[in-house]
Amino acid sequence: MTEKVDLHVLGRELLAGIKKNIESLGRTVRYMEVCGTHTVSIFRAGLRQILPESVELVSGPGCPVCVTPDIYMDTAIAYAKQEDVIITTFGDMLKVPGSKSSLSEAMAEGADIRVVYSPLDSLPIAKENPNKKVIFLAVGFETTAPTAAAVVIAAKEQGIENFYVLSAQKLVPPAMKSLLADPEMRIDGFLLPGHVAVVTGTDDFAFLADEYKLPGVVAGFEPLEILRAVYRLTQMTVSGEAKVLNEYGKVVRAEGNPAARKILDMVYEPADSEWRGLGMIPASGLQVKKEWREYDISFVRPLDIPRVEKNTACRCGEVLSGKVTPHDCPLFGKACVPEHSIGPCMVSVEGVCAAWYKYGGGKFQYGK
Amino acid sequence: MCLAVPAKVIEIKDRMATVEVRGVQRPASIMLLPEAKVGDYVLVHAGFAMQFVTEQDVAETNALWAEMNGAERTMTELPENERASSRIVP
Amino acid sequence: MENEIQLSHGAGGSMSAKLMEEIVLPALGNPILNGLHDGAQLSMSGRIAFTTDSYVVQPMFFPGGSIGRLAVCGTVNDLAMTGAEAKYLSLGMILEEGFSVESLKRVLADVRKAADEAGISIVTGDTKVVGRGAGDGVYLNTAGVGNIIEGTDISPLNVKPGMDVIVSGYLGDHAATIMGQRHGISLPETVQSDAAPLNHLVKAMLEAVPNIAVLRDPTRGGAAAVLNELANQAKVGILIDEDAVPVREEVRGVCELLGFDPLYLANEGKLIAIVPHEDTEKLLDVMRKDKYGKNACVLGHTTEEARGQVGLRTEFGGIRIVEMPMGGLVPRIC
Repeated sequence: MTEKVDLHVLGRELLAGIKKNIESLGRTVRYMEVCGTHTVSIFRAGLRQILPESVELVSGPGCPVCVTPDIYMDTAIAYAKQEDVIITTFGDMLKVPGSKSSLSEAMAEGADIRVVYSPLDSLPIAKENPNKKVIFLAVGFETTAPTAAAVVIAAKEQGIENFYVLSAQKLVPPAMKSLLADPEMRIDGFLLPGHVAVVTGTDDFAFLADEYKLPGVVAGFEPLEILRAVYRLTQMTVSGEAKVLNEYGKVVRAEGNPAARKILDMVYEPADSEWRGLGMIPASGLQVKKEWREYDISFVRPLDIPRVEKNTACRCGEVLSGKVTPHDCPLFGKACVPEHSIGPCMVSVEGVCAAWYKYGGGKFQYGK
Repeated sequence: MCLAVPAKVIEIKDRMATVEVRGVQRPASIMLLPEAKVGDYVLVHAGFAMQFVTEQDVAETNALWAEMNGAERTMTELPENERASSRIVP
Repeated sequence: MENEIQLSHGAGGSMSAKLMEEIVLPALGNPILNGLHDGAQLSMSGRIAFTTDSYVVQPMFFPGGSIGRLAVCGTVNDLAMTGAEAKYLSLGMILEEGFSVESLKRVLADVRKAADEAGISIVTGDTKVVGRGAGDGVYLNTAGVGNIIEGTDISPLNVKPGMDVIVSGYLGDHAATIMGQRHGISLPETVQSDAAPLNHLVKAMLEAVPNIAVLRDPTRGGAAAVLNELANQAKVGILIDEDAVPVREEVRGVCELLGFDPLYLANEGKLIAIVPHEDTEKLLDVMRKDKYGKNACVLGHTTEEARGQVGLRTEFGGIRIVEMPMGGLVPRIC
């Protein structure tokens, strides 16, 4: 077949295929995407509106920024307020709430906080400001963590002694396992995070089929690639197969990116980590290894930040696992709104609660 | 999470590449993809080349197309050599 | 003249006079300004529009413009969006101690060039100097007055369902240029800030189609902000087509790298017009004859349903909401 495939036609055919599969099943299916970029793509392409009613796409804890807990934000803000500190961060972090304020509020109060596109952009800032401590807020999943590790190594190679990381990096598979450990979890399969798999490879997700007998599809981010993955999921749901398929072969290999994994393992090791809305999950985070501690600000200049217990009525954990809808949460639309979010599902514009809040039931129809 | 875009490697100096996306250029480190060469297409995330982008999706899309048009499920059964990474040649 | 701005240049004494005579007047001088009165003495009649805006931008100079060009175009365009032809502008400058006089000359030369292009004069102004560290080199403020073009009535209240939404050209060039510079992205010379005075374009548009319902320039917050404002104020729905949104390939590249949506990128030389459907072709013909409107196209239309909301029909046929932007534009990784 050599002629160019009409992607719109292919998209419509995939939709028809999904519909056919679901009709033969005769029930609603529920697939979870555990990647914020998938959530954004689904939202941007309006896929929720064109998929059959009986296909529910729910957003899991797929945005490393949204799941960053209060205590990390409070710590970052406390460092930011120190006279000799420059914070470098991805733009996503600015409005993530801490217990009292956010980085953008700290910025307004005069903290030196610089938004960078790449963690590597922190090094020239460190060189230009030898009397300051430059702290990179290292958040991210397996995709982003190797970039921070690489910058730590580059800092050492270049003899830069005033660059540090404050690590809140997280690992996706342990969080999925934590969700699945809940017997009430109702999920028929996973849309697996393509760019995480670029680093980890598909093998890291094999547990889904092996241990939980659930299908999973590693998917790309174009609307068509997502439809393709949903189509494969419905196929497996119908046939009762539980396999982990790679439908993002152009960048995802079974073995991932060995060089990135090596650099990650050089600098970081797994550690227990707290997720906003989900709590502490064993071995779901990354901490700087002993050998690299001079680049870890929490070791070089430890801070004792008091843990502030906030209103715990937030039910994001249950929303994420599909047990309740946002309307069942007492905070939804009241104490917790997009401008002042309490749970992770409201932090990001694309979070489940934020979508429900803005578009009514997550299935917004223009004019209805 | 994790925005990443395919880009073409235009130049490499030490371990820094210049990559091009839709006609705009930016430096990107190849520390995480040391085998990257000028002319390769790579996936860029947060200023780092993360992986090679291969032509495989063309084969996959065609197989998917055939499947949607009544052929037996072909895509997941592409022979290993076709699924293997043939780098895009500019 | 000194090489750097000193506090005394803003103190009103002989140093201030020297700055005025050696730098400002040679750049901006005209018979009204040259009078150096406490205020400009002008004669105008009829309905006038009056507006003001302040300009703070880093970097100060960028491909396609500078803070000086922005300060003129922004105010001229704000007047144009009310249906008025800009005539006179004021210029307030807040300079930081230590700011290079050479840079100030460049900024003022850009002010003059843009003013000449727009056909307006800077007729009054003010200069203050703040201490080192208290400013960002230079901040500008301009205010402008102009006559409202006879027979026009620009107001969101004139917008009704079934009208066409027109944009004057490619979206996002300005913000992509600025954000690109800030984050190490180099763009080809073909892409630069679109900063431009739109008064001549608007005049031609209003002369050809006096019943244009409303005009807005999508600056901060981009087209998304303007469309949401209009949907709200006019109490109509606005539905645009993803395929119709004009964005340069390179600007899409910047957006992909930094995680932006082109609809949210600021423009400094574009306008959005809402016009009765039957006038669309005529208006597009006129717009396309002007160099700042040559890529004009229909973006979408207003609807009876979804009042107050902006929807975008995606290439897959889904409709998503285009929200009001919440905050500033920062690169994202998610």
